[in-house]
Amino acid sequence: MKALRKLMDKAKPLFSPGGSLEKLQSVYDGFESFLFTPNTTSQSGVNVHDGNDLKRTMITVIVALLPCLFFGMYNIGLQHFIAIGTPDVSAWSMFVYGLLALLPVIVVSYAVGLGIEFIGAQIHHKEIQEGFLVTGLLIPLIVPINTPLWMTAVATAFAVIFAKEVFGGTGMNIFNVALITRAFLFFAYPSKMSGDEAFVKLDSALGYGGGTVADGFSGATPLGQVATNVGDTLSASLDTMQAFLGTIPGSPGETSMVAILIGAAILLFTGVASWRVMCSVFVGGFAMAALAHALPSSTYPASLLDPCAQLCYGGFAFAAVFMATDPVTGARTKTGQYIYGFLIGVIAILIRVYNSGYPEGAMLAILLMNAFAPLIDYCVVQRNVKRRLARLNANSQKGGHENE
Amino acid sequence: MLSKKNKEVLFNPLSKDNPVLVQILGICSTLAVTANLEPSIVMGISVIAVLAFSNVIISLIRNTIPTSIRIIVQLVVVATLVIMVQQFLIAFDYDVSKQLSVFIGLIITNCILMGRLEAFALNNRPWPSFLDGIGNGLGYAAILVIVGFFRELLGSGTLFGYQVIPQFCYDHGYMNNGLMILPPMALITVACIIWVHRARNKELQENN
Repeated sequence: MKALRKLMDKAKPLFSPGGSLEKLQSVYDGFESFLFTPNTTSQSGVNVHDGNDLKRTMITVIVALLPCLFFGMYNIGLQHFIAIGTPDVSAWSMFVYGLLALLPVIVVSYAVGLGIEFIGAQIHHKEIQEGFLVTGLLIPLIVPINTPLWMTAVATAFAVIFAKEVFGGTGMNIFNVALITRAFLFFAYPSKMSGDEAFVKLDSALGYGGGTVADGFSGATPLGQVATNVGDTLSASLDTMQAFLGTIPGSPGETSMVAILIGAAILLFTGVASWRVMCSVFVGGFAMAALAHALPSSTYPASLLDPCAQLCYGGFAFAAVFMATDPVTGARTKTGQYIYGFLIGVIAILIRVYNSGYPEGAMLAILLMNAFAPLIDYCVVQRNVKRRLARLNANSQKGGHENE
Repeated sequence: MLSKKNKEVLFNPLSKDNPVLVQILGICSTLAVTANLEPSIVMGISVIAVLAFSNVIISLIRNTIPTSIRIIVQLVVVATLVIMVQQFLIAFDYDVSKQLSVFIGLIITNCILMGRLEAFALNNRPWPSFLDGIGNGLGYAAILVIVGFFRELLGSGTLFGYQVIPQFCYDHGYMNNGLMILPPMALITVACIIWVHRARNKELQENN
């Protein structure tokens, strides 16, 4: 640590105004405040606030994401070795395969996103914010593993510039940046984002693994299988327990309910995420799934899934825990958070069941509700204002009568 | 012929007073017809023609139009010209007129037209009005062509229907961006052009 401090101090004059690298001052500042707590204090007045800052909040979310990340790596390997017909290799080699498959995506996501943030901060002479730390890890977890790296790079650049920087940077964005990345990929390159070939990596990862695909293998996700179901009963062999544990094909972070619940526990215990949003998403999803299940139809095969299974499959749980609870893009009032979360749950299952074009709807549901969050907040606040105004009028009238 | 004032009338709408970039008019058709380059150009030329001639006609009869019914008179003139353009396209460029579908007819409701007739043709002589129509039409057409160029190039890999991006790139994993074909991306493309335009023209930036 001391050596690092010394190095930073030694480099400081280079980056100060007049130094040879003064153009890169925001980069220096960013690294310094990332590595050390800044020793500057408020110069005007007294500010009493929580010691919890943006950096610590972000790190907490990263920690909460780690179970999903590590399980995702294991599952990438598991699905790969099942696909090439050697499911009996050790769990360790599965993990290593997944690590090697996912690592390039993580590197690309951070390099592109942070690169743009650094350039943006440099142009506007602002400090670099930690806002991309979480987004940069969310992107690899929600993008199918077979998405070409250049597509991920393009989508990340698009999302950071058009969903975040143009609105004023960290904390000012209207839409969830990671979901914009995925939505861009989803609409721009649909053939790479769904179907049988998107979610299970078949070739070798950085020279590790790989082999010929076993006969009769299909990489379709459970929801993908359900969407193509014909008849009044589900023909696909679906195991809700498997979905709960997460050993099914899917985007790296979304498959395991267990890992997501551990993450949810960390977020709720530290108070980083709103339990109102999280719970009401699940309530809304369950209610809509139960309604759909009560009126089953062979036209909409996803309505044949029972409600509990509905919540375990696809990206619903991951979106509920890590995406819907984004404090920047969600509703802020308490009542608003219940409405916001509930509608996300309802719309996600509504799209999943009744729109045959999209086997999963959590992404679109959250982006739609992101747009409505300010309106929900506005209505809640106005209702409160009206209620209090009515009370004030009632009181003053009563007071007036008493004076007479 | 081209006095200093007339020059301004003709050239200002190309950049500093561009109807799309600065006045944000005619956005609807800009989003609707620019998925390919060819219909963008045809649409641009149609608007130039309608705008120039309706400006001239309205300017010629400007002193005889009763103020209370001037909008109706303007609409009659514009609608006549639009139908002429539409019939011309159906006769000579049937495929493109199919692609443009209702949007040629909808030139009638294009805000740029009503804006120019109200703001310029009603108060100016025919020759400046003609130049004003040409200038604003060109300003609109230029944006359409730029947007159409990028949308067709990135969305379909073609220009005027000919493949431009070599097969070599597709063999190595390049794919057309399907989002560029969808209307939202037209909006973002226009936004990017506005961004560049404002960054280059300091006088357009508000002080805040």
